[in-house]
Amino acid sequence: MVTLEEGLFAGFLALLTFACLIVAGKTHEGVMTFHALIGALAAGAGVFMIFNSYFNSDTSGPVPQEIDGKPNYNMGPVKFGTVAAMFWGIAGFLVGLIIALQLAFPALNFDLPWTNFGRLRPLHTSAVIFAFGGNVLLATSFYVVQRTCRARLPGKVMPWFVMLGYNVFIVIAGTGYLLGATQGKEYAEPEWYADLWLTIVWVFYLLTFLGTLWKRKEPHIYVANWFYLAFIVTIAVLHITNNLTIPVSVFGLKSYIVWSGVQDAMVQWWYGHNAVGFFLTAGFLAIMYYFVPKRAERPVYSYRLSIVHFWALIFIYIWAGPHHLHYTALPQWASTLGATFSVILWMPSWGGMINGLMTLSGAWDKLRTDPVLRMLVVSVAFYGMSTFEGPLMSVRAVNSLSHYTDWTIGHVHSGALGWVGYISFGALYCLVPWLWNKKSLYSLKLVNLHFWVSTIGIVLYITAMWVSGIMQGLMWRAYDSLGFLEYSFIETVEAMFPFYVIRALGGGLFLLGALIMAYNLWMTVKAGEPAEAEAPATGTLAAAE
Amino acid sequence: MTESYTAVAGFAQTWGLVYFVVIFAIVVAYVAWPKNRKTFDDAAQIPFRED
Repeated sequence: MVTLEEGLFAGFLALLTFACLIVAGKTHEGVMTFHALIGALAAGAGVFMIFNSYFNSDTSGPVPQEIDGKPNYNMGPVKFGTVAAMFWGIAGFLVGLIIALQLAFPALNFDLPWTNFGRLRPLHTSAVIFAFGGNVLLATSFYVVQRTCRARLPGKVMPWFVMLGYNVFIVIAGTGYLLGATQGKEYAEPEWYADLWLTIVWVFYLLTFLGTLWKRKEPHIYVANWFYLAFIVTIAVLHITNNLTIPVSVFGLKSYIVWSGVQDAMVQWWYGHNAVGFFLTAGFLAIMYYFVPKRAERPVYSYRLSIVHFWALIFIYIWAGPHHLHYTALPQWASTLGATFSVILWMPSWGGMINGLMTLSGAWDKLRTDPVLRMLVVSVAFYGMSTFEGPLMSVRAVNSLSHYTDWTIGHVHSGALGWVGYISFGALYCLVPWLWNKKSLYSLKLVNLHFWVSTIGIVLYITAMWVSGIMQGLMWRAYDSLGFLEYSFIETVEAMFPFYVIRALGGGLFLLGALIMAYNLWMTVKAGEPAEAEAPATGTLAAAE
Repeated sequence: MTESYTAVAGFAQTWGLVYFVVIFAIVVAYVAWPKNRKTFDDAAQIPFRED
């Protein structure tokens, strides 16, 4: 029997295939034809996969929720997300290295539109944030919510629809940037049809997550799930609000946002900062609250502090956005409000950091022997560092020096490489042996090597950007004795050259670390020693996929 | 312009403060409530309940 869910998804995807084909035929814009064909292909493949599973006797019919009294976890989508995260991570870091080199050596733009810095830069940011980070969040959230609720993800098609649909969005967004399709909003560059598709995927993500919570066997909802839920709900609200656009035609790329001018800027940075707050912070804090205790083999330092951390963080973060718009057309009270809330954020951020670090109290010796735990802990330290620096930079006086300079880039990367990158690496190093049922990683020595190579990379990166940024800011505001500007703009660019080279070197080391990691994870799956205890359970898991 | 600024700033500085203090007080009361202690100690162990 085709279940109702399978039928509805197949019907919806079949309709979508035809709609995409019509758009592909009618549009006059090359990018849109290309994207509509990707959409038709992906939706068609979805219909095929649903029927393929139906006609295969192993996978046909409803999936048992429990086997031998144990939850029959759905780890297929988690495995896919883990592999996708590693793939997109390396792609994103590589593009980052390329654009870092372009800044130092402009000839590397190759005078081609597709390899131009302006197109590769959003490719880099979206690849690392949404493709790498997004897949890490999808994979870990599906893992953690099942494990801590002791319940299988609801639905047969839905979790796969979320996982694959999200990655189709990534492909559409990324190829769009290369071909010059962008609505020009930072971190929200995809055009209206991609936004619409992401909205659909995201609603099913929320349903999958809520459905698992609904089915839970564990009376209490573990704190990591609260953070994941805040991330999913808030990103939905932010994404929809910041992309309330009206397309000129269904067959064209161009759309207009419903508000204009400074209001649009305010909404954009309310979105932009909360993408940092709820995507890059709340989501990854959920990872911290599950994986750090798990790896350290001791419960979180204070569960009560984690609850205060959660409510304080989400209630305060949502107001901090206007600090991106100091000295603009935005009224001063609004940007002061944003800065004030940013400073207040010190409290929950550091509360959370202390909670994460102190989880190790009594087990600090593990840092010496377990490089995975070391990665997780250094990540939390970077979280503390960048959440200290951020509020400082949001204060108007500091912002007048730091804004529009490389200091901002340095700040972002201490958070992105140090916090988000390391917590994700730590989580992936934990997940791969668990998912593929291996005793341990292929090589802890390689994890150690990865740790040191990328830590040196991060240190080179952020120190180069601090020096370069502060120098740039000081040169911009230097006056001579007659009141003229001391330096022309190009002189500041020339002065930054050595720091751009150091930064590219740091980025290169970070990429090298990720390649070491990919090899290690690949070998773990290929050649790792199987864990004996859970071997029969995996057999049933694999069959159920 | 200055009047609306004063009005909004005045509102935020009074009622905004009350709003945040009340919410924070509720959260702190909830976590510090002696009866909830066992629930939280138990919840902290959730990741270690393997099956």
